[in-house]
Amino acid sequence: MANPENLLYSKDHEWAKIEGDTATVGITDYAQNSLGDIVYVELPRVGQTIAPHASIGVVESVKAVSELFSPVGGEVVEINPLLEKDPGESGRVRRGLDVPGESKRRPCPRLTERRRLRETRHHGLRP
Amino acid sequence: MNASETASLARTALYDEHVALGARMVPFGGFAMPVQYGGILAEHDAVRTRAGLFDLSHMAQYELRGAGVPDWADALTVNEVGTMKPLQARYNIFTNDAGGSHDDVLFYRLPDRWLLVVNAANAAKMWPYLQAAAAGRSDLSLQSHHGSRALIAVQGPRAVELVAPLCDVDVAAMKYYFCAEGRVGGAPAVIARTGYTGEDGFELFVEGIDAAPLWRLLLERGGPLGAAPAGLGARDVLRLEAGMPLYGHELEEDISPLAGGQAWAVKFRKPEFVGKAALVAQRDADTFDRIAGVVLAGRVPARGGYGVFLDGERVGEVRSATLAPSVDNRNVATVLVRKRAAALGTPLGIEVRGALQEATVVALPFYRRPNSRKDG
Repeated sequence: MANPENLLYSKDHEWAKIEGDTATVGITDYAQNSLGDIVYVELPRVGQTIAPHASIGVVESVKAVSELFSPVGGEVVEINPLLEKDPGESGRVRRGLDVPGESKRRPCPRLTERRRLRETRHHGLRP
Repeated sequence: MNASETASLARTALYDEHVALGARMVPFGGFAMPVQYGGILAEHDAVRTRAGLFDLSHMAQYELRGAGVPDWADALTVNEVGTMKPLQARYNIFTNDAGGSHDDVLFYRLPDRWLLVVNAANAAKMWPYLQAAAAGRSDLSLQSHHGSRALIAVQGPRAVELVAPLCDVDVAAMKYYFCAEGRVGGAPAVIARTGYTGEDGFELFVEGIDAAPLWRLLLERGGPLGAAPAGLGARDVLRLEAGMPLYGHELEEDISPLAGGQAWAVKFRKPEFVGKAALVAQRDADTFDRIAGVVLAGRVPARGGYGVFLDGERVGEVRSATLAPSVDNRNVATVLVRKRAAALGTPLGIEVRGALQEATVVALPFYRRPNSRKDG
C-alpha cells in the first residue's frame, strides 16, 4: 500500500498532514506492517501540549511495544477514539487516510500547530 | 532482518519456502526462523479452528541408542524415562544440582532407539552436557541430527484430516503422546501425536531433504481445509494460552520444575536424579517463588520483566504475556512471584509505564481445548 504523497514523513515512520494551523499525525503503513497485529494504542489527552518529536504514546502489537512520537509540536485538539476502543481497527483505518472528510477515521492525534513547522519539513518527503 | 544479520544464522531446510511465503524472518536459537506470515492473530485462529503448519527444524534432534539409555536418562531428569512404553512420548526436564531447570525436552521411545528433542536455544549447552554425561558409557551412544533433520508440526482440530491420508500408518488411531515410524507424503518419518499449541496434532520428523516437498504437499492438501503456515509468534501465543512453559521464561537454570509449575513431571519416587535433594528440600519447605497465571482486567498488555505488586510491595515479575484470543481476548501473563502472591484469586498489580494495572491470579492453563485428554 502506497503512502499518500500529500503527507510529510519523518525518518521514524511517522507522518503529518498539515492543514492550516492543525496537523493530523500518524504512523506509516510500513511501521504498522512492521509491528504486526496491533492490540493496544495509548494516546495523549486532548489539551496536552507536546514538543516536536516528543513521545505521545505507545503502540503495542502482540509481540512488541513501540513508542509513538509526534513529528510536530503543538496542543492536542482531538484524538481518534476508535484507536483506544478497537486498536486492531487501526490497520483498516489507515486506508481511510485519503478521505479527510471522515474525521473519525483519523489514525492519530490531531495537533494544533502553534509552533513553526520547520521540525516537520526538515525530514522531507520519503519516497 | 538484513543481510548482515542473516549471514551468521543457520537456515532450516524450509528457509526458501518461508521467504517465498512472505514470512518475516527473525533470529531464534541460531536459526533464521519465520515469526509470522500473514499475521499472528490470523495464524493463531487457523490453529485453534482449523490447522497450522510450523517449521520447528531449529529444535535439536538427538538419537540415543543402547540398553543403558533409560537408567542414564532417569538419572539426569525429573520425569521417568524407563517406564515409557514402546512408541510413547513424554515431557521431561533436565535439572542442575540446585534443582534448577537445565532444559525441558521431549523423549520419544522408538523400537530401536530414543529420540530426544531439546530447545534450539539450549542446544549449545545441552549437546556438550549430554556428551559429557555419556562419556565412558559403553552401553549407550548419542548422535546429533541438529540442523540436518527437519521437524514440521501440524496442529489444530483438522490436523488428523490433513495428515492421516498422507501416512502409511494409522495415525488417526494413534493416542496423544504416542508416535510411530512410517512414511508421510512418501518420506520416511517419525510421526508423533505431540505438540506445543494446546491443540490436537502431529509432529513430523523427516530428513532435511524431504522437508520442502512435504511442506508443499501439506500446504496444498491443507488449503481446502483452511490450514495455513504459522510462525513462532503464533506458537508463543498458543503455548502460553495452553499453559505450557517456554524455557527462558517459565523455566530457567534458577527456576526449578516445581517453581515453574511442572511439579506433575517430578517423580520423587525415582531413587536418584540430578537435583533431587534440592527439589525435595524445596518441596518440603514450600517457600519458593513460583509461576502463576494472571488475567489482566484492562486492555493494557503486560510484557516480560514488568514488576508485579501485592499490597504495595513488589512480589515478582512478569515472565510471559500476550493478548489471548482464546481467553475472551483478555490480556494474560505468567508471573514469577512470592508464594503468598500466587494463590488463586489474589489481586495483583502489574506496573506498566509507571501505573499499576489490575490483574487476578487464575489457574493454568488459560485455555483447554474441548475434549482434551491429560498427557505426559
